[in-house]
Amino acid sequence: MKEIRIHGRGGQGAVMAARMMASAFVAEGKYVASFPMYGFERRGAPVVAFTRIDDKPIREKTQIYNPDCLIVIDPGLLTLPTLFTGLRPESVFILNSPKKLSKRPNDNLKIGGVVNATGIAVQEIGRDIPNTCLLGAFAAATGWLELKSILACLKDYLSGDILQRNLKSAERGYKEVEVIKW
Amino acid sequence: MVIKHKNIFETENAWSNADKLLLCLDTGSWRTERPVLDQAKCNYCGLCALYCPPQCMLDKGDHFESNLAYCKGCGICAHECPRGALTMVPEREFDNEG
Amino acid sequence: MKAKKGTVRVITGNAAAAHAAMLCRPDVATSYPITPMSEVAEQLSTFHAEGVMDTEMVEVEGENSAMNVVAAASMAGGRTFTATSSWGLVFMYDALLHAAGFRAPVVMAIANRETPGILAVSSGQQDIIATRDSGWIQIIVENDQEILDGIIMAFRLAEDYDIQLPVMVNYDGYYLSYLAEAVEIPRIEDVDQFLAPLKLQPPRLKLQPGVPLGCGTHGMDIGFMELRYKHCQALQRAKKKVDEIDTEFKEYFGRGYGGQIEEYRTEDAEIIILTSGSTAGTTRAVVDTKRAAGVKVGLVKLRLFRPFPVERLIKALKGKKAIGVIDRSIAYGWKGGPIYTELRTLLPEIGLVPMLSYIDGLASLDITVPHIERVVDEVNAAAQGKPYQEVTWIPLE
Repeated sequence: MKEIRIHGRGGQGAVMAARMMASAFVAEGKYVASFPMYGFERRGAPVVAFTRIDDKPIREKTQIYNPDCLIVIDPGLLTLPTLFTGLRPESVFILNSPKKLSKRPNDNLKIGGVVNATGIAVQEIGRDIPNTCLLGAFAAATGWLELKSILACLKDYLSGDILQRNLKSAERGYKEVEVIKW
Repeated sequence: MVIKHKNIFETENAWSNADKLLLCLDTGSWRTERPVLDQAKCNYCGLCALYCPPQCMLDKGDHFESNLAYCKGCGICAHECPRGALTMVPEREFDNEG
Repeated sequence: MKAKKGTVRVITGNAAAAHAAMLCRPDVATSYPITPMSEVAEQLSTFHAEGVMDTEMVEVEGENSAMNVVAAASMAGGRTFTATSSWGLVFMYDALLHAAGFRAPVVMAIANRETPGILAVSSGQQDIIATRDSGWIQIIVENDQEILDGIIMAFRLAEDYDIQLPVMVNYDGYYLSYLAEAVEIPRIEDVDQFLAPLKLQPPRLKLQPGVPLGCGTHGMDIGFMELRYKHCQALQRAKKKVDEIDTEFKEYFGRGYGGQIEEYRTEDAEIIILTSGSTAGTTRAVVDTKRAAGVKVGLVKLRLFRPFPVERLIKALKGKKAIGVIDRSIAYGWKGGPIYTELRTLLPEIGLVPMLSYIDGLASLDITVPHIERVVDEVNAAAQGKPYQEVTWIPLE
């Protein structure tokens, strides 16, 4: 079983990202369970989405305390004191940031994926909704999902022009993510 | 391991000390736009401060400024200002450290 | 005859509830939004707007009307559905009692949330407990598939001629209502087939113009007692009916949930953890881990809360050395949790063994794997004769 935790702010599409990721994994034959936890349900307030994937049915319905992968949609959340607590050894870190990672943020991390998802989203979609871009980056850095699975499932959530723009954003996230191996 | 909980609230019943609860959460980080004042238009009427939901307007003597540590960018101050002295400007346009 | 495979989609618990209602073709439905079940109202409205669901969707201004409308429509012979949570449930309290008193077979989905008094926009089962004496049948489910299947079975149960009682299907707010899982959505033809036996039963009485029928009118003296008695008898009959319907569902759709309770690894278990809802899911995983470490523990998942499944619980728990009950709610006026307090009344039949009450998971606080492991360890110690604390509020101590 793999446990993925996504940190974002209300309005950045963290919850939607977790759902799209769930759909993509199910399309690849995996079992998935994904849910969000909000403190305050409003734009800008911190949101966490928990996603579990496995080859057999998932029974645990708790929050995730030992993630195998951490995805941070808003770099402002890096100051969260408990962000890296409980990370499994050899885990993956995906970050939306225009800057490079100066150092390895935590000893338990093995792989890092940094991409300027905000920049790409503003260019491709016209708004700062970096979630689909980060999904592409996630697929590339972890190798747990194929890009085509993500692209195929986006149409369950979006349509028309907005779908095309997000497909582009996801593809660019996949291609442009800087993958670091520690 | 058994950890005994240390009470957070002082009273037996459901009352809580609002002094300790107002303006303590990091709500400033939730903002996607902030109010910017054109001082030339301001006449220090104080309506912005009166209407501010978290009451985070700072009295500067001849005008008010929002306390950016707590301002959530709701825009009510700009909406209520009778002189249109306040404008909501996206956070992107300010130099923010990540 | 077996149902064909349905469509698998990744949907939330709320969406699963709405899909189930749509598949059962309700005549009248209402749904007033409230966190954490607003999506049920949104999805039902979407189905209706897209012409997928040919239902009279009545737009109401509050939950009290939401229940009054469906209870009345049900008395006029319609199949009805509504959904709500905590504050909405208590706002409709008088109508809730009417629905049960009239024996109106309304089906309602509840995304469980803490009840008023303290501002609580968070998960908890207090709304089930606040309405446990309303006369409704109350079922608690563990995951999104069970929400969908549970609601289909609820229609079959509520409208059964022997029962004719409203049914609440409860699922944890946030932890299940917002949980996205792959859910198999059955074909509507198969759901029609599953509910078809209802058409072969005698038609239930209903309000009709020109036919002089009253309902709930003779609420005096011995007539009142007679009606209450019949209501209680129907609730008792519902226990076996729940098991029968579950068996039928399993034969037809291939998915079964055990009926009134589900037993997991209980046959040779020495100690039992009893709980409900999403916590039962996590407990399964803990049972497996503890079993691998040599602890003979089993899980009893309580699905039916009202009526209380006395006989099946006695059978499952008799002879066990200790029992731990995890409640996601409190029983005002008692030291322990509500399910624990009710289960204690069965001790003479189960055996006077240690029964430990655990209160956890209020206000969306997580009932984690370490919490449940602690419960297993303490119940195990009690089984071996070590001193134990009768009631523990896990997050506080």
